[in-house]
Amino acid sequence: MKDTDIKRLLYAHLFCIFSIILSVFIPSFFLENFSILETHLTWLCICSGFVTAVNLVLYLVVKPNASSKRSSLSHKVTRLLKCCIYFLMSCFSFHVIFVLYGAPLIELVLETFSFAVLLSTFTTIPCLCLLGPNLKAWLRVFSRNGVTSIWENSLQITTISSFVGAWLGAFPIPLDWERPWQVWPISCTLGATFGYVAGLVISPLWIYWNRKQLTYKNS
Amino acid sequence: MQKISVLLLLAWVCFLFYSGIALFTSGFLLTRLELTNHSSCQELPGPGSLPWGSQREPGTCWMASRFSRVVLVLIDALRFDFAQPQHSHVPGEPPVSLPFLGKLGSLQRMLEIQPYHARLYRTQVDPPTTTMQRLKALTTGSLPTFIDAGSNFASHAIVEDNLIKQLTSAGRRVVFMGDDTWKDLFPGAFSQAFFFPSFNVRDLHTVDNGILEHLYPTMDSGEWDVLIAHFLGVDHCGHKHGPHHPEMAKKLSQMDQVIQGLMERLENDTLLVVAGDHGMTMNGDHGGDSELEVSAALFLYSPTALFSSPPPEEQDVIPQVSLVPTLALLLGLPIPFGNIGEVIAELFSVGKDSQPRSSALAQASALHLNAQQVSRFLHTYSTATQDLQAKELQQLQNLFSKASADYQWLLQSSQGAEATLPTVIAELQQFLRRARAMCIESWARFSLVRMAGGAALLAAACFLCLLASQWAVSPGFPFRPLLLIPVAWGLTGAIVYAGLQATTELKLDPVVLGAVAAVSSLLPFLWKAWTGWESKRPLATLLSIPGPVLLLLLIRLAAFFSDSFVVAEARATPFLLGSLILLLIAQLHWKGQLLPPKLLTIPRFGTSVPTGPPRQSGAYALRLGVGLLLCTRLGGLFHRCPEETPACHSSPWLSPLASMVGGRAKNLWYGACVGALVALLAAVRLWLRRYGNLKSPEPPMLFVRWGLPLMALGTAAYWALASGADEAPPRLQALVAGASVVLPRAVAGLAASGLVLLLWKPVTVLVKAGAGAPRTRTVLTPFSGPPTSQADLDYVVPQIYRHMQEEFRGRLERTTSQGPLTVAAYQLGSVYSAAMVTALTLLAFPLLLLHAERISLVFLLLFLQSFLLLHLLAAGIPITTPGPFTVPWQAVSAWALMATQTFYSTGHQPVFPAIHWHAAFVGFPEGHGSSTWLPALLVGANTFASHLLFAVGCPLLLLWPFLCESQGLRKRRQPQGNEGEARVRSEEEEEEQPLMEMRLRDAPHHFNAALLQLGLKYLFVLGVQILACALAASILRRHLMVWKVFAPKFIFEAMGFIVSSVGLLLGIALVMRVDGAVSSWFRQLVLAQQR
Repeated sequence: MKDTDIKRLLYAHLFCIFSIILSVFIPSFFLENFSILETHLTWLCICSGFVTAVNLVLYLVVKPNASSKRSSLSHKVTRLLKCCIYFLMSCFSFHVIFVLYGAPLIELVLETFSFAVLLSTFTTIPCLCLLGPNLKAWLRVFSRNGVTSIWENSLQITTISSFVGAWLGAFPIPLDWERPWQVWPISCTLGATFGYVAGLVISPLWIYWNRKQLTYKNS
Repeated sequence: MQKISVLLLLAWVCFLFYSGIALFTSGFLLTRLELTNHSSCQELPGPGSLPWGSQREPGTCWMASRFSRVVLVLIDALRFDFAQPQHSHVPGEPPVSLPFLGKLGSLQRMLEIQPYHARLYRTQVDPPTTTMQRLKALTTGSLPTFIDAGSNFASHAIVEDNLIKQLTSAGRRVVFMGDDTWKDLFPGAFSQAFFFPSFNVRDLHTVDNGILEHLYPTMDSGEWDVLIAHFLGVDHCGHKHGPHHPEMAKKLSQMDQVIQGLMERLENDTLLVVAGDHGMTMNGDHGGDSELEVSAALFLYSPTALFSSPPPEEQDVIPQVSLVPTLALLLGLPIPFGNIGEVIAELFSVGKDSQPRSSALAQASALHLNAQQVSRFLHTYSTATQDLQAKELQQLQNLFSKASADYQWLLQSSQGAEATLPTVIAELQQFLRRARAMCIESWARFSLVRMAGGAALLAAACFLCLLASQWAVSPGFPFRPLLLIPVAWGLTGAIVYAGLQATTELKLDPVVLGAVAAVSSLLPFLWKAWTGWESKRPLATLLSIPGPVLLLLLIRLAAFFSDSFVVAEARATPFLLGSLILLLIAQLHWKGQLLPPKLLTIPRFGTSVPTGPPRQSGAYALRLGVGLLLCTRLGGLFHRCPEETPACHSSPWLSPLASMVGGRAKNLWYGACVGALVALLAAVRLWLRRYGNLKSPEPPMLFVRWGLPLMALGTAAYWALASGADEAPPRLQALVAGASVVLPRAVAGLAASGLVLLLWKPVTVLVKAGAGAPRTRTVLTPFSGPPTSQADLDYVVPQIYRHMQEEFRGRLERTTSQGPLTVAAYQLGSVYSAAMVTALTLLAFPLLLLHAERISLVFLLLFLQSFLLLHLLAAGIPITTPGPFTVPWQAVSAWALMATQTFYSTGHQPVFPAIHWHAAFVGFPEGHGSSTWLPALLVGANTFASHLLFAVGCPLLLLWPFLCESQGLRKRRQPQGNEGEARVRSEEEEEEQPLMEMRLRDAPHHFNAALLQLGLKYLFVLGVQILACALAASILRRHLMVWKVFAPKFIFEAMGFIVSSVGLLLGIALVMRVDGAVSSWFRQLVLAQQR
C-alpha cells in the first residue's frame, strides 16, 4: 500500500463531502423557499442525487478495483440492471426495517421511503460501485478480516458510520423540545448524513494512522 | 448442598436490594393514611359548650358565620413577591425593575386605603409543591404526600373531609371555573362548573379567558354562595417563559384587573380571598421545596372591616393550610376532620370598635375549637396507624389538656381573668404549631440521608452482583464461607443495632434495621472479595460486559433521567431491543459464525482465532432476527398511551370484548383470541413432542396432554361468557353468573395442581427396559438426491455408516437372543427445559385470564418472541464441553429488555391510573368484601405478569444452547469427543444421542456456578435499572414531573424488581428440583440394575 493510494482516497472523499455541502446550498439558487427542514423531501432527493452522481463519477474516474475480464456490452447492461435491482431491493428492505423499528406504517410513507433511499445512497451505492452486484463480496467485506484494500476498508467505515448516525438520529425524537428537526424522519436523515460525512473524514485518517498494521492480502 | 447455597446466596443478594429499596423509599415516598371521618355540624370536636350559648341559630355550626359568601380566586403559582409593591430594598436607590414586581397594584391600593379591610400574607407552602397536592391541602387542611394511602387508587377524588364537602352538605352553592384538575378531585360537587383543560403548559390564555368569560356574569347572577376561580396563566407563563419575561408582567396585570373588577362587585357579606397555591423557582418550575417555591401570596379583603388593628410592620409567615380552618369558621362550617392548620386568629377579633377583651375571647374560642379538632384528629390517626411518634404525641396531649383546662377555667371565672387570656391563646397556638410540626416531620420532608443511603446500598449491591458474577465461575469460588460469614455479620449488626435502640429506648425502625443488617453483611463480603480478587486477577477483567452491550445498557439507564424518555419508554424499549437483535446478528456475521468458510473467498490468514464451524446458516439467523423484529413491532400495536402525550391514541384492542358493540367484529375477535390460545397450546405441545418429552408417561406430561386443553377450554368459555354476558337470556343469567365465578377459579386451580404435579415428578423421561430399542429410525433424517457439497457429504456418510452398524448389531442381538439388560431412557437431554416450558405455560394461563381477551395474542407473541430470541442467542453461545458454562451479558440484557417490552405491549404503563383494576374481579365478580390482599395479588399479577414470566424463564438462557446442540448435530453429525463418561444409558445411546442438557449434569459444580452467575447477572441488569430510577427520582426531586413521572416509575420499577427477583429464585429452584429429581432417578436406576 502506498501513500498515494491514501491520498487518492482522501481526495475522493473530500469530493463526496463537497457534493453534500453543495446539495445544501445550490438548490436555494433555483428553488424558492428552499430549506433543509421545511422542504425536507426535496433536499433528500437532491442530496441522494448528488451523492449518487459523485459516486458514479468517482467510480468511472478512479476505478478502484480492476475491471472485470469480460467487458461486452450485454454484460455491462445486465450488470447495470442488476445494480438497479439491488438498489431498489435495498431501499425496500431499509423501509421494512424502519417500520419494524417503530416508524409509522401508513402515515408518512413517502418520508420513510425517501429516508430509505438516502440511506441506500450512502451505503448501497458505494458498495455497488466498488464491489458490483455481488452479495458474497459484500458479506466478505463486512466481516472480520474480510477487507482486501483500503477502498474496501473505507467502505466498511463509511457504511457503518452512516448506520450508526441514522440510529443515533432516532434518539432526540421522543424529547419534548418541540424543535422542527425532531419530526420523523428529519433527525434520522440528518444523523445519517452526519454519520456518512464523519465516516468519509475518519476513514482516510484512520487508514493513514494504522497504515503500518494494515496488510491486505491481495493488494 | 451446593444447590441450597446457590439459592441462599441469591436470596441474600435479593435481600440486599430489598433493604436498599426500602431505605430509599422510606426517605423518598412519604406516606400518610387518609382517614374518611367527617366533622359534622351537630357534633363538636370535643367537650365544651357552644360559644353562643345553648340556642343554635340556623346556618351556623361550631361558630356563628361571619360571611355568607366567599369569592376564592386561586392564581396558580402566585409567588409572594408577585404581590409585593416595587419597593427598593435599600432606601435611596431606584427600585429594581423586574417584570413580576408591582404588577398587582389593586392589592397595594386596598392595603393602603383600607388597612382594616385588607391584608396580604406570605404563606408557607408544604412540599410537594404540585398543583394537585396543593389543592388537596387547600381544601382538606392536611399535608398531602405523594402516596395518600387511601381506599381508592384509581381516581384522584378526595376521600378525606374537605371544605367543598362541608359546603355542599351545608347546602351552599359552589360554583367553580378554571383548571380541570378540580373535576377529578371533586367529582359532582359543584352546582355549576366551567372546566378548562390544564394539560398544555404552553397555552397561557385558554383557561384564563374561559374564566373571564363566565366570571362576571356568574357573579352578577347571584346564584352562588362560594365562587372559586382557578387561573392557570401565571403558572403556564412561568413554565414557558420563566418569571423574568415581559409576558409575566402582562399576565400579572391581567390578574390585577380581574381582582380590581371583583373588588368593585363585592357586597358587604362577601369575603374575597386571592391565593397562590405555590411559588415558582427562578426558571418558573415548581414541585420541590426551595424557598421560592414554598412562598405563596394570600390576600384577604372584604367591604366590611375584617381586622381590629392595622397591619403590623413585620407580617408573620403563616402556613398555607391556615386558610382552611379560618374559612370554615368564618363561613360557619365545621372544620374538616383532618385539618392540621391553625386559624388566623386576628380575623376573629369581632370588629375594630369592639372591646379588647371580647375580641381576645373570640380569638381564644376559635383557637380552642381548632385545637379540639386537631387533637381529635391526632387521636383518631394515631389509633389507625403508627407513623406518628408516640412520645411526642403524649407530650402534645398533655399540652392540650392543660390549655383546654385553662380555657375552661377562663370561661367560668367570668371577670378578672383578663391577665390569663394571652397565656391561654399562646398555649393553644403552641399546641397547634407543635402538632403541625410533628405531622410535617413524619409526612412532608424528604429524608436525604435515607435516600442517599438507599441509593448507596443499591449501588453496592449492583457492584456485588458484577463482582460475584465474574467470580462465581472461577474454580475456587467458596460458596459456603461466602454465605455464612456475611449472614453472621449481618445478624451481628442487626442485633447490635437493635440492642442500641433498646438501650436508648427509641422505636425500632424495621427499615433501618434491615439496612444495617444489609450493610454489615455486605462489607465483609466485599472485603473478602477484594482480598481474594487482587491476588488472582487484575481488576480490568471485572468489566466483562462487551462494549456495545454496555453502551446499550448505559443508554437505557440514561433514559431513566429524562421524563420524555420515561414517558416514551414503550417505544424506546422495542427500539433498543431491535438494536440489540441486529447487533447480535451483525456480531455473529462479523465473527464469521454465520457463513460457512467456503463463502469467504479469501482464506483466513495469520493466527486468527478459530471460532469453530458455523452451526447455523446465515439465512437462518437472519430469519430469526426478522421474526423477532416483527414480533416486537406487532407487540407495539397493543400499547396504551401515557396521558402526557395527547397526540397518541391508545390501542383499541386493549379494551375487553364485552365493550364491543358490533356482533360480527366481536365474534371475529373472539375467534382470533381462541385461535391464539389454541396456537399457544399447540406450540407448546409441538415443542415437547419435538424433544420427545411428551411421550413420557409421567404425571406432568399427562397433565400437559389433558389438563392444558381443559384449561384452554375453560379460558375460552370464560371469555365467551364475559364478552357476551349481557346478551344472555334472562333464564340463563344465574348460570352465567355462576360460571363466571367458577371458570376462572377452575383454571387457576388446574394450573396450580399442574405445578404441584410438576414439582412432585419433574423428570419427564421415557424409560424402556429391555434390549436396545431401535433408536436409529428417529435419528436418521431422510436425504434424497446426490450430495453436492462437502457439508452434505459430512452429513450423509456417517448416517449411512451408523445405519449399517445399527443393522448389523440388531441382527447380532437377535441371534444371541438376550443380551445384557440395557435401559434406554429417552428425552433426558431436554429434561430441564421441558420442565421449565411446562411450568411457564402453566403460569401463563392464569395470568392470561387476568388480562383482557385480546391480550392473548400478545401472550402468543411473547412465547414466540422468546423462543426466537433463545434460538438466536443459542447460535452465538459456544458450548464449552467440560465447563465452565456462562451466559453472556447480551443474552441477559436482551431478556430483561424483552420483559420490559412485554410489560408495555400487554397494555400497561408505569402510572397508577393505567393499572388494570378489572383484574381484581376476575373470578370474583361480586368484589372481595373486606379482604385486600387477594385483589392486590390479582392486580399485581396482572401488572407484573411479564416480569414474572421472564424471570421464571430466565434459566432457559442457560439451557437453550444445549438444547440446540441436537439440531446442529442433526445437520452435521460430528463424533463426540467425550464418550467415556459412564452413564447408565447403554453404549449405543451414548453414541447416538447428543448429550444436550446432560452435559450440565456431567459437571454439577459448573452447573451450579452457572446458575448462580445467571441469577447474579439478571439481578444486576434489573438492579442497575432500579438504581437509575432511584437516582433519577432523587436528583430530579424538584423537577416538575417528579410526582407524575419519576416517582411512579420508581414504584413500578421497584415492584417489578421484587416480582422479578422472586420469580428468578423460583425458576432457579425449579431447575434445581429437576436436577435433584434426575439424580435420585439415576440412583434408583442403578439400584435396579444391581438387583
